Amino acid sequence: MARIRWGRVAGWAVLGLVMLVTLFPFYWMLRTSFSNTRALAAGAADLLPVDFTLGAYRRVLGLSSTAEAVAEGGSSGTVNFWLYLRNSIVVSTLTTAGQVFFGALAAYAFARLRWPGRNAVFTLFVTALMVPPIFTTLPNFVLIKELGLLNTFLGIVLPHLLMTPFAVFFLRQFFLGINASVEEAARIDGAGHVRTFFRIVLPMSRGPIATLAILTYITSWNDYFWPLLVGKAENVRVLTVALGVFRSQTPQGSPDWAGLMAATLFAALPIMVLFALLGRRVIDSIGYTGVK
Amino acid sequence: MPRTPKPPFRRRLGDLPVAVLFVLPAAAGFALFYLWPAIRGAYLSLTRYNVLTPPRFIGLENYEKLFGDRLFWNALKVTAEYVVLNIVSQTVISMLLAVLLYRLTRSMLVRGIVLLPYLVANVIVALLWFWMLDFQLGVVNNVIEWLGFDRVAFFGSDLAIPTIAGINTWRHMGYTALLIFAGLQMIPPSVYEAAAIDGASEWRTFWRVTLPLLRPVMALVMVLSVIGSFQVFDTIAVTTGGGPINATRVIYFYIYDLAFNRFNFGYAAALSSVLFVLLAGIAYLQLRLSRAGESDLRGA
Repeated sequence: MARIRWGRVAGWAVLGLVMLVTLFPFYWMLRTSFSNTRALAAGAADLLPVDFTLGAYRRVLGLSSTAEAVAEGGSSGTVNFWLYLRNSIVVSTLTTAGQVFFGALAAYAFARLRWPGRNAVFTLFVTALMVPPIFTTLPNFVLIKELGLLNTFLGIVLPHLLMTPFAVFFLRQFFLGINASVEEAARIDGAGHVRTFFRIVLPMSRGPIATLAILTYITSWNDYFWPLLVGKAENVRVLTVALGVFRSQTPQGSPDWAGLMAATLFAALPIMVLFALLGRRVIDSIGYTGVK
Repeated sequence: MPRTPKPPFRRRLGDLPVAVLFVLPAAAGFALFYLWPAIRGAYLSLTRYNVLTPPRFIGLENYEKLFGDRLFWNALKVTAEYVVLNIVSQTVISMLLAVLLYRLTRSMLVRGIVLLPYLVANVIVALLWFWMLDFQLGVVNNVIEWLGFDRVAFFGSDLAIPTIAGINTWRHMGYTALLIFAGLQMIPPSVYEAAAIDGASEWRTFWRVTLPLLRPVMALVMVLSVIGSFQVFDTIAVTTGGGPINATRVIYFYIYDLAFNRFNFGYAAALSSVLFVLLAGIAYLQLRLSRAGESDLRGA
C-alpha cells in the first residue's frame, strides 16, 4: 500500500502546484494594485505591495487629481470607470434577459409542440453553431452600420438579443425531459400552450434557465471583439474595451501598472462575486455543456 | 369518452399557430444575424468593398490574390504554430489535471479554483500576464534572474507565440480539465475494478482503460479547442498588437486589420470564408478520425 500512498502525495503535490500557478497571478494583480507605480521598479520582486497606497484605485475611480496621479506614476488621462461599469451592466443584462427569454420560447416550440418543419428548422438553427463567428461578424458590422446603430447599446446587443443557437439547443434538451403528464394536467385544467409555458414549464425549469443565464452573462461581460467594433464611443464603451483603450494609452516605456491592475481587478470583480455566489451551478454546467 | 374528430387539415398543422408565435423572435434573430450575414459574407468576398461606397463585384479576384499574399501565408503559419502549441500543452495539462481531480478529491472548492481563470475576460488575463512577464519589472523575469538565468523577452519575435499559447493554456486548462473530468465520471467503476483484479498498474490502466473510454469526450474537447484556438484575437490585440513586425499577426488579427484599419472588407470577407472552410474541414476530419460517435463502453 505504501506505493499508492506515495502516489497520492505526489498527486497532491502536483495539484497544489497547479492551484498555486492558478491563484498566484490573481494575488499579484491585487498586490500590484495597492502599490505605487513609481516605487514598483525598486521593489519588483517584493511579495507585498510596494509603498502601499490606494492611489491606483483613486485614479481608476476618478477620485484623484492629475497631480496626485502623476506623482504616483499614473497617466494623466482620466478613466471613467463608473460609466464603463454601467455600460457593461446594461449590455450584459439586456443580452442575458433577451437571449434566455426568446431562447426559451423557441426551445419550447422545438421540444414540446408538434408542427410541420419542426426538425428541419431546428437543424438549421443548430448548424449555425458550426459557423465561426468571424464569418458573420463582418457582414453583421455592415448591417449594424446600415441600420445606424453603431455606438448604440442596441447595436451591441442586437446580434445576440433574440437568439444564439447554443441557448436554444441547451434549453431544448431540458424541455425534452419534461413529463408529458404535466402538460396533460394543464390541458385538463383548460390551459393553452402559452399559459402552460409561462405558468408551468418556466417555473419548473428555473434551474437550467438560471444556469444558462449565468453562462450568458459571463460570456457577454467578457466579450471584447464585437463591442470593440460597434461600441467604441465613450458613452457605450464596455469595461473590456475600456481596458484595451487604457492599455494603449499608457506609454510603452513605463505603463501605469498599478492603475492597470486596479482597473483589471475591478473589471474582474463582478464575475468573481457571481462565481462565489453561484459557483456550483457554473461548475456543474460545464459537465453538461461538454458531454451532452 | 369519444373524442370529437378533427379535420385532417388541422391535424397536419398541429400546434403550428402557437409554434410560429414562440419561434418568431428567435427565427428573426437567426435570419437577420446568422443566415443573412452568412449569405452576404459569401457575396462580399467576391467584391471590392470599403464600406463607404457600394461593393463592386470582382469575381474570384480576392481569392486569387490570397495565393500571392505573403501576409496571409505568414498569418496561416503563425496561427498554425499557435494552435499546435496551445492544443498540445492544453490537452496534456488538462488530462493530467482531470485525472488528479478524479482520483484525489470531489471538492467543489478545488474545482472552482482551477476554473477561475476561464471566467475572467481574455483582456484581463492578457493584461495580467503582460505585466507578470514584463522584461524589466515582471515578477517572472525577476524569479528567472534570481535563479541565475538571463531575463527573457517573452513578447519578442521568437517567443511571442509560445508565450501567448502559454497564457491561453493557463486560462483554459481548468475548463478543459473539467470537461474531461465529466467524461471520467461517466466511466462505470466496474471497469476499474476489473482492471484492478487483473493486476493492471495505474499507468497501464490509464492507457488501456481510461483513455480509450474517454475517446468521445476527447474528440469533442479537441474539436472545441482547435476551433477555439484558431480564433485567438483578444490576447494578441491587447499585448503585442500583431507585432513585433508580423510575429503574432494571426489570421483573426489579420482579418480585423484588413477590414477595420485598411477598409478592405471584400478581401477580409474572402479570408473569413477561407478560414470557415478550413475550420469545417478540420472539424470533419477530427470527428471522422476519432470515430467520435462510438464509445467503447457499448462493447464492454
